[in-house]
Amino acid sequence: MTNATPMGVMACPACVAVPLALAVAQNPAPARLILSLPNAHCAACIGQIEAGLLAVPGVRSARVNLTMRRARIDAAADVTADQLVSVLARLGHEAHELDATALALTDTDHQGRDLLMRLAVAGFAMMNVMLLSVAVWSGAGEGLRGMFHWISASIALPTVAFSGQPFFRSAWASLRAGRVGMDVPISVAILLATAISVSETIQGGQYAWFDAAVTLTFFLLAGRYLDHRTRAVARSAAAVLTALEVPRALLIGSAGMQSVAVASLVAGDLILVRPGGRMPVDGVVTQGQSEIDRAILTGEATPVFAGPGSVVSAGETNLTGPLTLRVTHAGVDSSLHRMADLVAVAEAARGRYTALADRAAQIYVPVVHILSFGAFAFWLALTHDARLAINIAAAVLIITCPCALGLAVPAVVTAASGQLFQRGLLIKNGTALERLAATDIVVFDKTGTLTQGVPNVMDLSLMQRPVLAIALTLAEGSLHPLAQSLAAAIHDLGVPPAAVIAITETPGAGIAGMWQGTRVRLGRAEWVGATAVDMTATYLKIGDSPPIAFHFTDRLRPGAAKAVAGLRALGLRVMLMSGDADAPVQALAGRIGITDYAAQVSPLDKSARIAALRAAGHKVLMIGDGLNDTAALAAAHVSIAPASALDAARAASDIVLLGIDLEPVVEAVRIARLSVRRMRQNFAISVAYNLIAVPFALLGFATPLMSAIAMSASSITVSLNAMRMKR
Amino acid sequence: MTILIWLIPISLFLGLAGLGAFWWTLRHSQYDDPSGDAERILLPDWDDQPKP
Repeated sequence: MTNATPMGVMACPACVAVPLALAVAQNPAPARLILSLPNAHCAACIGQIEAGLLAVPGVRSARVNLTMRRARIDAAADVTADQLVSVLARLGHEAHELDATALALTDTDHQGRDLLMRLAVAGFAMMNVMLLSVAVWSGAGEGLRGMFHWISASIALPTVAFSGQPFFRSAWASLRAGRVGMDVPISVAILLATAISVSETIQGGQYAWFDAAVTLTFFLLAGRYLDHRTRAVARSAAAVLTALEVPRALLIGSAGMQSVAVASLVAGDLILVRPGGRMPVDGVVTQGQSEIDRAILTGEATPVFAGPGSVVSAGETNLTGPLTLRVTHAGVDSSLHRMADLVAVAEAARGRYTALADRAAQIYVPVVHILSFGAFAFWLALTHDARLAINIAAAVLIITCPCALGLAVPAVVTAASGQLFQRGLLIKNGTALERLAATDIVVFDKTGTLTQGVPNVMDLSLMQRPVLAIALTLAEGSLHPLAQSLAAAIHDLGVPPAAVIAITETPGAGIAGMWQGTRVRLGRAEWVGATAVDMTATYLKIGDSPPIAFHFTDRLRPGAAKAVAGLRALGLRVMLMSGDADAPVQALAGRIGITDYAAQVSPLDKSARIAALRAAGHKVLMIGDGLNDTAALAAAHVSIAPASALDAARAASDIVLLGIDLEPVVEAVRIARLSVRRMRQNFAISVAYNLIAVPFALLGFATPLMSAIAMSASSITVSLNAMRMKR
Repeated sequence: MTILIWLIPISLFLGLAGLGAFWWTLRHSQYDDPSGDAERILLPDWDDQPKP
């Protein structure tokens, strides 16, 4: 193995000249780097980080964005991200490189700015027109009223034309698609109110509805902006998760070892995967021996042996020895990507869920249009006065216009997702909260979800101290996770290491050495000559005496037991489905109190079982992290994945759990139920306002003053009700 | 009531000035890092940045 990679961290900048020439040839443009700073939080951090980065030769500018917890660096082409990360690590700040191209799309939020500007214009117009209207309502004389109407018109017309555009555009799009969404009655009401007011102003009429048109635009835009911001925050956080994995592989080419982007690999290339690294592609081992951890793909916690000829899949982790792979499938052909395609299909199926707001709109839109048209026909037949009839029809449309309905859901979702974000949960999908509130069954995956995938050794107290001392010395010589966990556990018992000499490690098998003239070995069952038990275990053989087994259980994720108990207390049925063997699944289920469990479930079986539960009328919440869970995550009614999950699993889930602790899941269900209750209350409030105001409008008693009061009051009540989420 | 000839344009002008100021801050990326700006005020060194 050589160190000739341009990515290595060098002690002196001049030493890097030769390998960097290579990097520069590949990428001559000056570097624009983005680092993620998860722990930056104060003014002192900003100063330290920026000064530290600027002190690195070649860095031209560095700017920390504390809101997004990122630093943006402009530097000469020879500055690498690793170099900057190590500089920050010396200053005591954790930093990760982010993929700049993955972030480019979410970096500047043009749409958000655009909406904000339209909102500001509508706000300005609303205040001024409202002031002018107050004079009219309080009984201005005829000449003054006419003048005020004209001034209002000159403010309102450009405002409606500019600020109303998002509604007009989406209404037009939905009409062309043959649907009538919420935006159609909104656009009709705004346009009709403006048109009637203009004609009334020209004719010197008593009522003009300019303030209604502008207020309507303002409140609805506010809802639209809240909605946009919630989604933008989730999108940018999700982009950070994706950008965290800068996919690189070590290519063994004619010019030696080279760090290249995984996307540039083709079938037939030779690549090196170091111990601890994740397989970037599907391939066949050509050189080296090691053990590989397939938990993320299959759910089995016990590592398996890999040697020349073994087939490995993208996503598996290499544990002990370096492996050389010949690439068989790369990029879009690899098994990871094939699974991602499956997910896309399953997601399209779930897309049929109708959001609460849409269901409300489906009832609401026809009712409003029938009422308004009915009023027009009735008054026309009664009085034969087209002007009066149109005025009444417009009043009905304006008063029933879904100001509060437009705010009812976005305000609640904004408040709730802000709360959940503080607790480390990221809502990726707008309807996820509604779906989460409806769940009655929770299905957990085991490895990597309820457990951390870190082994914990059992029953050490029954072993003799000399045995432990030998095991400690041998285990300290290996990087294998089982060995490291064993060494740490024995160390904690205060046992001093025994004097074992001539220690050699056989990758993929175990460690051997000489202790007081006897050969001692620690490793896999087949290698030491033991009979394997149906549990994760490692075996110690001293000379010719029978081998001693050390059993391991998976370490529980913190908060796992509390999460299970909490979900039960909320009245949910908790189940466990794992691809792992029977014994470990049973042991874990017993430890955290799940009675309903299934072991050795294949990925397809998992999603089939969930589909069966769905068919039986249950709403399933799936919590999982592995590739074997991906199909199940997509098939469930709603799904949660931890941030440590594979990106395919994160993509398939609706909510991402950012921390390690599992307990916030309980809080998520509680907040989801609360927010759905608030949404329903909000709908009820706006319907109540309509029930009072609509009869007046139908009978022709509605005045602009009345509509202004009803509209503002209902919008404000609805927003305040949503704020109550924040306790 | 002739005072209105003055008062209405003045109030409209003031409102438009506020709208213009908001537009200017929006154009100059002043809402990109609100919590960072709140902390930066405590730093001793001169900071004239928000970069485009």
